[in-house]
Amino acid sequence: MENRVKQQDNLVSVRNLSFSRGEKKIFDDVSLSIERGKITAIMGPSGTGKTTLLKLIGGQLAPASGSIHVDGLNVHRLKRAELYNLRKRMGMLFQSGALLTDMSVYDNVAFPLREHTHLPESMIRTLVLMKLHAVGLRGARNLMPSELSGGMARRIALARAIALDPMMIMYDEPFTGQDPISMGALVHLIKSLNTTLGLTSIIVSHDVQETLAIADYAYLISEGRIAGQGTPEQIRQSPSEWVQQFITGAADGPVHFHYPAKDYFDDLVSTGRRY
Amino acid sequence: MQHSNTQDTLVGLFVAAGIAGLFFLALQVSNLSTFVEEDTYTVTASFENSGGLKVKSPVSAAGVKIGQVKSISFDPKTYQSVVEMAIYSKYENLPTDTTASVFTAGLLGEQYVNLEPGGSDEYLQDGSKIEITQSAIILEKAIGQFLFKSAEEKAKK
Amino acid sequence: MIKFLNFLGRTTTTGFTKLGRGSYFLLDTLAGIGSMALRPRLVVNQIYFVGVLSFLIIVISGLFVGMVLGLQGYYILSDFGAEETLGLMVAASLVRELGPVVTALLFAGRAGSALTAEIGLMKATEQLSGMEMMAIDPIKRIITPRFLAGFIAMPLLAALFSAVGIVGGQLVGTGLLGVDDGAYWSQMQANIDFEDDIVNGVIKSLVFGFVTTWIALFEGYDTVPTSEGVSRATTRTVVNSAFSILGLDFILTALMFGDD
Ligand SMILES: Nc1ncnc2c1ncn2[C@@H]1O[C@H](COP(=O)(O)OP(=O)(O)O)[C@@H](O)[C@H]1O
Ligand SMILES: [Mg+2]
Repeated sequence: MENRVKQQDNLVSVRNLSFSRGEKKIFDDVSLSIERGKITAIMGPSGTGKTTLLKLIGGQLAPASGSIHVDGLNVHRLKRAELYNLRKRMGMLFQSGALLTDMSVYDNVAFPLREHTHLPESMIRTLVLMKLHAVGLRGARNLMPSELSGGMARRIALARAIALDPMMIMYDEPFTGQDPISMGALVHLIKSLNTTLGLTSIIVSHDVQETLAIADYAYLISEGRIAGQGTPEQIRQSPSEWVQQFITGAADGPVHFHYPAKDYFDDLVSTGRRY
Repeated sequence: MQHSNTQDTLVGLFVAAGIAGLFFLALQVSNLSTFVEEDTYTVTASFENSGGLKVKSPVSAAGVKIGQVKSISFDPKTYQSVVEMAIYSKYENLPTDTTASVFTAGLLGEQYVNLEPGGSDEYLQDGSKIEITQSAIILEKAIGQFLFKSAEEKAKK
Repeated sequence: MIKFLNFLGRTTTTGFTKLGRGSYFLLDTLAGIGSMALRPRLVVNQIYFVGVLSFLIIVISGLFVGMVLGLQGYYILSDFGAEETLGLMVAASLVRELGPVVTALLFAGRAGSALTAEIGLMKATEQLSGMEMMAIDPIKRIITPRFLAGFIAMPLLAALFSAVGIVGGQLVGTGLLGVDDGAYWSQMQANIDFEDDIVNGVIKSLVFGFVTTWIALFEGYDTVPTSEGVSRATTRTVVNSAFSILGLDFILTALMFGDD
């Protein structure tokens, strides 16, 4: 139905997407495009639905209206087998890493290879060591996930995400809760994987500086809509107050420091009953 | 995944133990061993009253189990209970004048058919009928008769 | 009053909704069984966790239950001069009722709760979601092997429980209390019927294995993905399993042993 030619340089295109969780509208008529071979950042405050967006792209959730195309395929019109085939070509790095806790680092990286290919064990070993080497953790292959630091876990998860040589990777909050050194390592890793493997990357994050440092293009999402977009330069120079508050991290601005509440004085002198 | 050999061995042992448990229940605990292997022949007997006799109740002679009840039905012509018994083929020389009685094992025990061999030279065969029978003793009836008798005796005196 | 009716209505509706979701979940789980023929190793690994690790608690409990039955049975039966039938009483109670039921209750506490916690934690730590994104169906890969393992392990455990219990009853009855050993076994063999008692007992434990494992896996899969959610789901597994086991036991007993 949709015109394939139009989306040729866009690996992912989201058109007029709406999605709600119960009463709450998470996305309201959002459209955005992810260019092939580039790093695209999607930023916004916690709870705006960044993870939800990645799950929509991956076909784990279905939109109320609108469409999402990945590599020319309408994700939510695909049959189950077709969707699974598409997913083999998309890697996703979860916020927590999502490593399987009952197997070693080595087995975690080997897991998608063993499930999806019939390669001999010697070949799997070569591939696993290559992927682990790419994230700098070849020496950690015998550790269990519980023995890894947060940064290491994320890098192992990254090695697992690239195991099947996908065309794109979605990173969910890759920098959150990392110490400066692991953060630096991850920033460097995402950038270099993107160029060496020719990947398309989507980074979902609220860590403005790190993300803008490596992104080619960025979207800012707030309250179900796109509040700003452009190259990192354009974002930094945006006249929008909201964008400025978000990237500089000012405590008060269009987004208020205080959660909506009744008058402070009234509240203090009231009886404390719940009505 | 690294396959742990000890784990596999333990699973093997566990499954073997479980199956051994099932075999134990089938062969040592239940009647499976007693009735699969044995050949039987059928004889019938009619009782005035077969009491609490059931299908699969034991048939014994001199206290040894030699068969079991196969079916119990009511004959609407004679108003009697017709009991079919499967007797193990190895006990083939039961005389034709054998007596069949319904007995109770212990005071509250289950009921069974007792066969008491007679003296005839001819033996029961498949399909034969035992002519001499003695009905189950119904406890209420027996007590009733006893009380009635003793009352009668008292009245005589 | 209206509030109460409202509450009742809402609870019933959510109950049915959950049953509906659980049924779809069960269908998906069963649909994966075919693929397990190609990967028996997944099932074998899970038999280790649900079966082998429950072995000890089952055998020890079976032994003690059998010994208690031996004691209690002896005291009651000897009042009627019927202590010869002790073997029959011990075996009938174990094979028909206590074996399947107590094993299933212990299984729910030991293996069922562990399954729920495991699956619930996998969900809370996004492992299931992660698998889906790797194009691996978590139902087929994680749930179905565990389901089959529970279904296979339960009758084996129940048979062990009954067998050990019968031996326990014998130890007490003939070893301590002086019941004749020959009578213990022959009364049992004469009266325990293979089809009516043993096969029906195995059918019971298959049903309990099916239901308990289903409940445990579904509660895990349906967990609210927080640590509180996981702990609640674990409790629900044990409570719901216990109710289901006892309720089903009544129904099955009525069906199986109703007309003699
Ligand atoms: N499984 C869920 N059920 C109901 N609401 C959810 C669920 N997951 C997320 N939400 C809600 O959706 C909103 C967006 O969540 P999320 O996409 O995780 O935000 P972000 O990743 O931007 O922090 C949040 O308000 C959250 O409370
Ligand atoms: Mg998130």
